[in-house]
Amino acid sequence: MSKMIDLSKEADEFLKKIEELSGEKITSCIQCGICSGSCPMINEMDLTPAQIMLMTLLGQKEELLKSKSIWICASCYTCTVRCPRELDLSKVAEALRQVKLRLSIDRIDINKMDKADLEELPPIALVSAFRKFTG
Amino acid sequence: MKIPYYPGCTLKTKAKNFERSSIAVAEMLGVELVELPKWNCCGVVHSLTSDDLIHHLAPIRNLVRVQEMNEEKLVEDEFRLVTLCSMCYNTLKRSNLRFIENYEEREKINSIMEREEDYKGNVKVVHFLEILRDIGYDKISDKIKKPLDKLKIAVYYGCNLLRPKEVGIDDPENPDILETLFESLGAEVTLFPYKKMCCGSYQTVLDKESVADLTYNILSNAKEHHAEIVVTSCPLCAFNLDNRQEIVRSKHSEFKAIPVVYFSQLMALAFGLNIEICGFDSNYISALPLLKKKGYLKNK
Repeated sequence: MSKMIDLSKEADEFLKKIEELSGEKITSCIQCGICSGSCPMINEMDLTPAQIMLMTLLGQKEELLKSKSIWICASCYTCTVRCPRELDLSKVAEALRQVKLRLSIDRIDINKMDKADLEELPPIALVSAFRKFTG
Repeated sequence: MKIPYYPGCTLKTKAKNFERSSIAVAEMLGVELVELPKWNCCGVVHSLTSDDLIHHLAPIRNLVRVQEMNEEKLVEDEFRLVTLCSMCYNTLKRSNLRFIENYEEREKINSIMEREEDYKGNVKVVHFLEILRDIGYDKISDKIKKPLDKLKIAVYYGCNLLRPKEVGIDDPENPDILETLFESLGAEVTLFPYKKMCCGSYQTVLDKESVADLTYNILSNAKEHHAEIVVTSCPLCAFNLDNRQEIVRSKHSEFKAIPVVYFSQLMALAFGLNIEICGFDSNYISALPLLKKKGYLKNK
C-alpha cells in the first residue's frame, strides 16, 4: 500500500519558488548523501546538504531559512561534480539565501566590520562576501 | 604572440607579485599579456540564481573590451582573454558560456549596456595555465636556468580552476596540469590528496576560525606527504592558506609554518629571473629561508 505525503499549499509554493530560482529539479534528488559526504564545510553545518534538499522538497521554509548551513556553503561545487542526478546544490543554497536577502535581511553588517580585517583582506574576499551576504 | 589580459582587483593590490612574475614568465615564452585598456571588477562570484541577469553585466562588459581591442588593433585577431586569478577566470568564463548558449539572454544583456557595443559571443576565456599547456612543457623546460629539483612541491588547485566541470581547465576529480608543469620545471611534486579541497573561500570574512581549521587540515595533509612549499593560482586560496596560518599557529603549537606561493613565482625563479620579479617578499610566510637553504638564493 503506497503512502502519500500531502504538502500544504504554502510548502508546495516554497518548493516551486526554490526550483524556479535555482533552476534545479529538487524532486529528482534520490537522497544518496554523496553531497553530504563530499562537503568540506560539513563540520560547520547544522543541516547537511542532503537534509537541505529533502527539507526543500517538503517545503520546510522556516527551518531552512534560519539554518546556518545555507550561509556556510561557499559554492565550491564539490557536490555538484559528484551528484549522480547532476543537481547543482550550490544553486539551491544560493536560492535559499536569496529568499532572505531579497527581504533585505543581510548576513553581514559592513559598518560593523573590523578595520584591521578590512585592510588585511584581499578585495576578492570582500567583494565575494558582500555579494553572498548582502542583498 | 599578444593576448588580451584581464587582471582583476586583487592582482593590482594584494597579489602584485602574482601579476609581475606571470607577465615576466610569459615574456620569456614569447607571450605578451596585453592588459585591457579599460576593465571593471568581474564581481568575483558567479551569480547562481536563474533570474539574476544584472550581475552578469560586469563580466560581459569586460568581454566587450576584447572585441574593442581587436578593432583598435591592440591585438591581432586574438579573441582569447587570459586571466591569472582563478576566481575571475571562473566568473568570466561561466558568464561567457551562459550568454553564448542563450541568445535571448545575450540580447537582454546587450540591451542593458548603453555605452558598450553589443557582445557578439566570440570571446574565449582562458587561464594562464592553459596558455602554458598550449606552449608546451618541453619549451618551458628549455628556459630553465635553475631547475626546481631541490624542492618538494605540493600543488593546490582549490575550486575555481576545476569546478563546475564545464569551466574546469582539467579533470575535476583527477587534475594534473599543475603537476605536469612543475615536473617539467624539474621539481619533485608530492602526493597531495587535499589538493582540490575548498579552502573556505570568502567565509574568511565572516568566520576566519573555521577557515583556519580548513587551512590546518589542507596544509597538514601537504606536510604529511613531505611537501616543503605549496603553490596555487588563486589569490583567495593564497590568502587563506598563507595568512590564516597565523591563527593556525596560535591554535596548534606543533604546527610549523609552510610557505604558500603563486606558481608563477617559482616559475620565475626556475627561469633565473631577478629575485625582485619573483616577489617572495610579499608572501605572508616567507619562502626565502627555504630557498636560501636549498641554495636558490645568494647570501646577501
